[in-house]
Amino acid sequence: MNLRMAWRKTVNAVMLALTGLCALVAVSALFFILGYLVYHGGKDVSWDFFTKLPKPVGESGGGMANAIVGSGKLLLVAALIGVPIGLLGGIYLAEFGGKTVPFVVRYTADMLNGVPSIVIGVFAYGVAVLPVHHFSALAGGFALGIMMIPIILRSTEEFLNGVPRAMREGAMALGASKWKMISSVVLPAASSAIITAILLALARVAGETAPLLFTAFGNRFWSPGFGQPTASLPVMIFTYAVGPYDDWHRQAWAAGLVLLGLVLVINILVRTVLSRGVSAQRS
Amino acid sequence: MQMSVKLGLEKTTPREPAGPINAETPVKPPSASVPEPAVTAPLRMQVRNLNFYYGKTHALHNVSLDVATNRVTALIGPSGCGKSTLLRTLNRMHETVRHARLEGEILLDGEDILAQDVTRLRRRVGMVFQKPNPFPKSIFENVAYGLRINGLAANQRGKLGEAVEQSLRRAALWDEVKDQLHKSAYELSGGQQQRLCIARALAVDPEVLLLDEPCSALDPISTAKVEELLFHLKQNCTLVIVTHNMQQAARVSDSTAFMLIGDLIEFSPTPQMFTTPKDARTEAYITGRFG
Amino acid sequence: MATAPTTVEHAGLTWGPRALLRRLSSGDEIARLVTLVFALTTVLITVMIVEQLWVLSAESRRAFGFHFFVSQVWDPVFNQFGALPFIYGTLVTSALGMLIAVPLGLGAAIFLAELAPRRISDTLTFLIDLLAAVPSVIYGLLGVFILVPLMRTEIQPALKHTLGFLPLFQGPAYGIGFLTAGLVLAIMIVPFIISVSREVLLAVPREQREASLALGATRWEATWKAVVPYARTGIMGSIFLALARALGETMAVTMVVGNNPRISASLLGPGYSIASVLANEFSEATGTLYVSALVELGLVLFLLTFVINGLARLLILVTTQRGSGVAQG
Repeated sequence: MNLRMAWRKTVNAVMLALTGLCALVAVSALFFILGYLVYHGGKDVSWDFFTKLPKPVGESGGGMANAIVGSGKLLLVAALIGVPIGLLGGIYLAEFGGKTVPFVVRYTADMLNGVPSIVIGVFAYGVAVLPVHHFSALAGGFALGIMMIPIILRSTEEFLNGVPRAMREGAMALGASKWKMISSVVLPAASSAIITAILLALARVAGETAPLLFTAFGNRFWSPGFGQPTASLPVMIFTYAVGPYDDWHRQAWAAGLVLLGLVLVINILVRTVLSRGVSAQRS
Repeated sequence: MQMSVKLGLEKTTPREPAGPINAETPVKPPSASVPEPAVTAPLRMQVRNLNFYYGKTHALHNVSLDVATNRVTALIGPSGCGKSTLLRTLNRMHETVRHARLEGEILLDGEDILAQDVTRLRRRVGMVFQKPNPFPKSIFENVAYGLRINGLAANQRGKLGEAVEQSLRRAALWDEVKDQLHKSAYELSGGQQQRLCIARALAVDPEVLLLDEPCSALDPISTAKVEELLFHLKQNCTLVIVTHNMQQAARVSDSTAFMLIGDLIEFSPTPQMFTTPKDARTEAYITGRFG
Repeated sequence: MATAPTTVEHAGLTWGPRALLRRLSSGDEIARLVTLVFALTTVLITVMIVEQLWVLSAESRRAFGFHFFVSQVWDPVFNQFGALPFIYGTLVTSALGMLIAVPLGLGAAIFLAELAPRRISDTLTFLIDLLAAVPSVIYGLLGVFILVPLMRTEIQPALKHTLGFLPLFQGPAYGIGFLTAGLVLAIMIVPFIISVSREVLLAVPREQREASLALGATRWEATWKAVVPYARTGIMGSIFLALARALGETMAVTMVVGNNPRISASLLGPGYSIASVLANEFSEATGTLYVSALVELGLVLFLLTFVINGLARLLILVTTQRGSGVAQG
């Protein structure tokens, strides 16, 4: 019996170590990624990087100012599409919905969430590029916006449902109509959680490359307005990384560091600062 | 008073003006005054042959009740007897639950409440809940909420401030919060939050105030403060209170209704209910043999 | 001498007709309609996606029919297109990725959900959630500059040396190819498997764990023999979800797979996936048949991920319903 017990305890310890090793290996990837990016890209993240345009192909130097601005424009369009649809749709699901419509909406939102980003790019191409025969920031932003919708929709629904019933009844007992109750009590109560979800969705699409490849396409110069093809940070990284020039490779590292830095900072901020606000309110 | 004209409501029974609230002098409990039989006072609300269903469950059986103007009516009974259910029909809060169905009549000043616009009704019949449920807003905004949603012009902010102050004074909370009106309501203690909810409900000047076990989540000192409040409030407002605590009902109310598994067993003036109850079940409950 | 008020006189405030107008029940109706329209937009967009994919691929479907799925030819010059190399590449790289990621991810998830002390688990989970947020192109970047050289100079030669008798590991070692793409995919989907599996494990009612421990099981035994089997369906669901992600993963794979539409038995050889060919060739495709063939590939990918996602969600639904105590037949 003693031998069997010893065996079981050994197995227990070994599996603890093994699974812990798995977790450690997984987490270490994060540090490897950050480490390599800082090492290879750190020195090239310069003032030039943020302010200059790319140099002509083959020449070294220059920066990615147009890509940074381009990404900003794309995110703006994406937010303008994704936030209203996601937010208002989520309000419908949580506050007004019956049985069939919410089921269908939720099902399609989940479906939409699972569509590979490159396929969404094909869709955006068909709808926003083909009819006008040119690439544009609008088309790119449109693709990104579609990707934001399911995230914001489901999150909004979840957070609105989390607002306690007592608060709603308090408002209704004072003679608030349903919409008044929603807009003046329920939405404000869930607002910081919903903002969290919106920021996370933005961070997610900020790094998306595939759908932009044939919607926003790319641009070595400034892109005026929203109707022209535009450079973006992720696409620049891709283009430069697979290109033949060493200078391009260095810039790709730098751009990767900037992009990852942005994405991680938003994620960390949102998960630590805002979440504390959310949970404090609930207690 | 000019109240009815300003509110644009027709009221059949004018309210009686009353003296000021003085926080220092303790108010004597009703047992020291002459008991008034509830049935002979003018009636603010009447419930006639009320049957209530949650889906297939028949929760209230043919209940009839008179709520006297400017008096406190208490609903008592063991858990599950339907007292909260009954209370919530009085301002149609039952409509927030699916499959809840109502048969019978509920009258406010002689008019069927089921035929009126529900948001208007809820301004006339207010509610305070068991657990304090202030909004995640400042103290000021909590009290002002009812006033704002009922359409007060934003540029009347000075008057809004006065209205908020008056409500907080009526709820005996003003002195404690007057310097921190813009702090979050969640920073108040439980008892203060409940008085804030009372102030919030009072701000829209309801004719009837429904209180669903308002003290059950409070400590004894806060409970005493709220009970004291009710004595003053009833001078201008009709109160209906659900309570688990028989001693509270005895202290606070003018008439008491005893309910048991969906039936209204007995409805009498409070002193009579607690000294010579008519029904054997009432007596059993009051003497603590069950519940 | 202050007279405390006994009623609220509203200090001259009026209710007024404007107030009533504002609270007309039609306000609620308008709100309901507006939000409904936006909610339905989601459905509309999804339907439009299917429609676009179907319509834009029509020319290719008409031209090649079923032959599309068995042909290995991908020749833009002569307008001959076949999907087989891409389907093969997509499946092989994803399978490889899953083969590596699933044991690793499950092991980590079990550690985080069951075995680790709370604080360690919380910290590591936080870091893994961050890892899940890393964009695909960053993985590609590291793939191209770090992993590919490593594969070319160290790992692939080592594999050839040891396992070279297997057709899986024969042929020249370029560093790019199926194996590299599979590895990169594995690194990418591990955080995903960990977070979903961890949630599934945490959702197992504690009575299951406690019953096992109360019978004298070690922590590992309670986990492996009681909790994991209970969560089996949900874990399957998380695996399917990860597979769907892997199938659609574009950038990281594109940068390391070799971009050569051939089918080879060797994992060291270059290949192509559906997402990669779309990424590389869509913007430059000339001629409507070319574009149409590419869209048809996109349609295939869409259907593939749709089916697998659907299965995944079904499995997870079954688990969560079990967890909430629905009676078992």
